[in-house]
Amino acid sequence: MKQYETIIGLEVHVELATKTKIFCGCSTEFGGAPNTHTCPVCTGMPGSLPVLNKKVVEFALKAGIAANCQINQYCKFDRKNYFYPDNPQNYQISQLYLPICHDGWVEIVTSAGKKKVRIHEMHMEEDAGKLIHDEWEDCSLVDYNRSGVPLIEIVSEPDMRSSEEVIAYLEKLRCMMQYLGVSDCKLQEGSMRADVNLSVREAGTEKFGTRTEMKNLNSFKAIARAIEGERERQIELLEMGRPVIQETRRWDDNKESSHAMRSKEVAKDYRYFPDPDLPPVHISDAWIQELRASQPELREEKQQRYQKEYGLPAYDAGILTESRSLSELFENTAQLCGNAKKAANWFMVEVLRLMKEKAMDPEQVSFAPEHLANLILMVEKKEVSAQNAKKVFEKVFDEDIDPVSYIEEHGLKIVEDTGLLTETLNRILEENPGPLEELLGGKEKVFGFFVGKMMKELKGKASPDAVREALNKEIEKRR
Amino acid sequence: MAKIIDDETMENVCILAKLSLSEEEKEKAKADMQRMLDYVEKLDELDTDNTEPLSHIFGDSNMFREDVVTNGDNKEAMLANAPKAKEWQYQVPKTIG
Repeated sequence: MKQYETIIGLEVHVELATKTKIFCGCSTEFGGAPNTHTCPVCTGMPGSLPVLNKKVVEFALKAGIAANCQINQYCKFDRKNYFYPDNPQNYQISQLYLPICHDGWVEIVTSAGKKKVRIHEMHMEEDAGKLIHDEWEDCSLVDYNRSGVPLIEIVSEPDMRSSEEVIAYLEKLRCMMQYLGVSDCKLQEGSMRADVNLSVREAGTEKFGTRTEMKNLNSFKAIARAIEGERERQIELLEMGRPVIQETRRWDDNKESSHAMRSKEVAKDYRYFPDPDLPPVHISDAWIQELRASQPELREEKQQRYQKEYGLPAYDAGILTESRSLSELFENTAQLCGNAKKAANWFMVEVLRLMKEKAMDPEQVSFAPEHLANLILMVEKKEVSAQNAKKVFEKVFDEDIDPVSYIEEHGLKIVEDTGLLTETLNRILEENPGPLEELLGGKEKVFGFFVGKMMKELKGKASPDAVREALNKEIEKRR
Repeated sequence: MAKIIDDETMENVCILAKLSLSEEEKEKAKADMQRMLDYVEKLDELDTDNTEPLSHIFGDSNMFREDVVTNGDNKEAMLANAPKAKEWQYQVPKTIG
């Protein structure tokens, strides 16, 4: 069989984390009861007028700057016309002629190394409502809560060659958006969605093959499967001497196959024209400067800093910066306990272990950094044994308890007063006259036997060091 | 000369606008649309070589709103406009997807 190369470009829709919709003061909160976040503007009532949310422009600019884009300092909105019940105006307000950002790039890392993926453009637009099929009456029901939620559509150049590169690109975008605070990019809630444009060509040839567009991809895994499936389907057609038809296909992840959408669903003549209700947007140099200056530290810079400032290995720095929320929790903990290496160690071992056990996203980890910091300090001061500290941390992780009072209340604090220590030691020595005699006679092996007994008896309230010291003193005395 | 609205154009417009017209209605619409094009063609008489393209009729720009929630739950009034509703949702003919 001939060798084929897969050519992939992506259209990624990212819901912006604004409080209100793009053109009206309705809430964007996810999961509200149907149609509780709607008004005449976002349901397309005649006579209503859209007014642009300034935050949307700001977020789009932040995303564009982070992706090394050129900014169209004069940009405007256009109407994309189509009839479908999820779109109450019968047009979607989008940007065709002068998108806010264009010609950028992001760097992705795969097993093959680093690679640049070029961004063709980023534009602002509004989301559509949600359609649910009603089985009982064989009709559809529309909820317009999502109608008018701001989106940026990020269009890449056809620069990707494998599902691995596509996933790396999506992860890069997601991480970037989360760090910028412009979107939470939750695939399962639909706040990040990707359409995949894919074609194949014989390896070594220049000319692109005919591409198809695939929709309905809700997870990274589904995207990877859809890419493999479509690649195989197109190669099979070409091998049989049949043409690939340019069409939009819908991926069914349960069946692991795609089917062409009916042409009625995908009328390609959108008759774009400038939206007369929205005046153009002028983006001043000063505004861009201000946003550039206020861009947060992104993942790559953080990774570098963790290695330089905290002396962490590159691997640890990579893991700790995968999510913005986890990196912030780590940094706060490190600052509060004054020991970044110890804090990193707790995150790399205990936090990651518990996250994995409980199948949690980094965003779901929500204990107070001072709680872990205090626990680390107590271990450092030998006020609690490392063993007990791990158990206490599980409580911090699950219930965000205050470890200081928990350790006090549960008698886990290592006793500094030697009273209890000496008392217990003397009792144990009395109870084991045989081994004591051996020890006094110089049998050093028995030393460990007594340390073990003490540790068990004191249940971690004394450090092994303190027990050893007390035992040594007592033996000296009795010799 | 303005573009001629032929049968093919008329057919395409019907598809895009989701209209099913009788032959008689189509002929009438064709004539109306032709008249519109002829009317707009008048603009071609103007010399616009030195005119800046205009994307909006007002000179204004940057009409922004702050990102503050101003609308509450108004579903009753909103759905009062719906020809058909069910469980606080707009009921429409069956769609795919």
